[in-house]
Amino acid sequence: MTPQMRQGDIATTVKAIIADLEDLEGPLLPILHEVQAMFGHIPAEALPMIAEALNISNAEIHGVVTFYHDFRQEPAGRHVLKLCRAEACQSMGSNRVAARLQALLGAEIGETSPDGAVTIEAAYCLGLCSCAPAAMLDGVPLGRLDDEKIIGIFEKVRA
Amino acid sequence: MSTTTIFVPRDAAALALGADAVADAIASQIAARGLSAKIVRNGSRGLHRLEPLVEVDVAGARMAYGPVSAADVASLFDAGFLDGKPHPLALGPTDAIPFLARQTRLTFARCGITDPLSLDDYRSHDGFKGLERAIAMAPAEIVREVTESGLRGRGGAGFPTGIKWNTVAGARADRKYIVCNADEGDSGTFADRMIMEGDPFVLIEGMVIAGLAVGATKGYIYIRSEYPHAVATMRAAIDRVRSAGILGRSVLGSGQTFDMEVRVGAGAYVCGEETALLNSLEGKRGIVRAKPPLPALSGLFGKPTVVNNVISLASVPVILHKGAAHYQNFGLGRSRGTIPIQIAGNCRHTGLFETAFGLTLREIVEDIGGGTASGRPIKAVQVGGPLGAYFPPQLFDTVFDYEAFAARDGLVGHAGITVFDDSADMLQMARFAMEFCAIESCGKCTPCRIGSTRGVETLDKIASGIEREKNLELVTDLCNTMKFGSLCALGGFAPYPVMSAITHFPDDFAPARSATAIE
Repeated sequence: MTPQMRQGDIATTVKAIIADLEDLEGPLLPILHEVQAMFGHIPAEALPMIAEALNISNAEIHGVVTFYHDFRQEPAGRHVLKLCRAEACQSMGSNRVAARLQALLGAEIGETSPDGAVTIEAAYCLGLCSCAPAAMLDGVPLGRLDDEKIIGIFEKVRA
Repeated sequence: MSTTTIFVPRDAAALALGADAVADAIASQIAARGLSAKIVRNGSRGLHRLEPLVEVDVAGARMAYGPVSAADVASLFDAGFLDGKPHPLALGPTDAIPFLARQTRLTFARCGITDPLSLDDYRSHDGFKGLERAIAMAPAEIVREVTESGLRGRGGAGFPTGIKWNTVAGARADRKYIVCNADEGDSGTFADRMIMEGDPFVLIEGMVIAGLAVGATKGYIYIRSEYPHAVATMRAAIDRVRSAGILGRSVLGSGQTFDMEVRVGAGAYVCGEETALLNSLEGKRGIVRAKPPLPALSGLFGKPTVVNNVISLASVPVILHKGAAHYQNFGLGRSRGTIPIQIAGNCRHTGLFETAFGLTLREIVEDIGGGTASGRPIKAVQVGGPLGAYFPPQLFDTVFDYEAFAARDGLVGHAGITVFDDSADMLQMARFAMEFCAIESCGKCTPCRIGSTRGVETLDKIASGIEREKNLELVTDLCNTMKFGSLCALGGFAPYPVMSAITHFPDDFAPARSATAIE
């Protein structure tokens, strides 16, 4: 979302997303995904609009947004790095890789770097267990992370 | 001049190792050299150690080269790889590579061979033969065929698929659903992802057959958000199948309606549990439901619903095509057919190995897997994902079969095998199992919601040497409470990795370790 995007713009966009998807069976997750795809997070003002359209309470929708790890209530950094923390990656030294990347990028897992360049998130398996340690940078899968690839991630994020 | 076909996988594991850059480099070389060649982005053969694995069709035989990086591409052309000529990366005919030659591919017969989004390719490799036969059968006959094949749920629970279908078929309702559980969250598993990216039509075909068998008209594939490539491929495949008249108001002109769509999860492991998944599809928090009622009778939106794993559904077309007896002929005891074993983690030959049930864990890990990637001794193998037990080498004679694993306090699960070398600290792995359970618990059951956090704390005390004996007893008791007091497998099975670590690797929990930890 650009900083210029004002409340009115958010409302218009969210309304359009709701109109597009509300006829699906079980439309809430598809709507939330679309809102997040548009804004990078779920803006607080979107929630009462969705609640009203789907005839559910604000509490219910708050419950859903906070239940799922994917939904962000704050904007992420310009890049999103998902680091796999699960067993297969651990068996190939992912804890060391994570420590190195956190130090290089200046953010812990679950945080955004102070300059807003990158948000690091934990993933519990990316399905790349046969080429561990694995990560995903802005949706692009990365396998067998070694020193060279770690520097590659750093350069891409800092570019 | 005839056109040579070059295959560069589009599977996420190949992409993670640079397959897109390889495909780009090949395209540039073709253009620069003015050659008559085309690139097909196939699925993965499952030889992940050798990805990106590039293949060339040389007079009808596929020759393999790998692992190829973009920097190798010019030299491959120089060496004449389009004619299958030698090169340091040459692996010979793909089918003769031992890792592939030893497999029995039923469910994955096409994966890595065809263009995943080409209906012509699919048809010319036996695609839709199962569906065509099913359309000519009565629904009850389809269910009987699946029951007689001995197919059991490949998601982990191992419940007989035909029996589940029979329950849904017998239920009376105005609507019924087929839900495909593609929330493959277990570490060490990627079979669902490979099928969805490498042979999406087989899953669609399996779901349509399920719909015909039980009288369902709508299918949902619930795919985890960590699999964006699988989501895109499945959606594209569904569009193509719908355009071809296979999905919609009249499946292949049969007059029976079936349509489907993809839904994307939102990063909650527990949604791999079928009732949490149904709640998630309905737009609710992914909280586990108490059973009964069974989803087969009251599932999605309260309607009778088949919930099956990707591999279960993707195995249905071959069962209908070749018959129950053909499938049932593979395997042993009550574990019939084939199972796609996923070899992952610290192992030399990682990848997907489909085989009949019945290999020993040693054959899988040592012969096929080739031991650890690090070259160090194997310390433990976790079978069945984060809720599966850790097996020590002294139990490697365990036969890959649902009952044999259960008899040794383990589980086959989704058939993922994660290898650890001797640098693994099993107390830390036990702690991770509890930590993971705490992060992913849906919060419905107290033993899982609170027990997992208490488990982490207690294991930390053991690591610090605080009242070791007493705390080990406490963890054991806690595991017992979680095992018997949780509704679903998350809280109920988290004790498997913890207790197997304590039982089989006592040295990692011993006082000597505390002494080193304190130093």
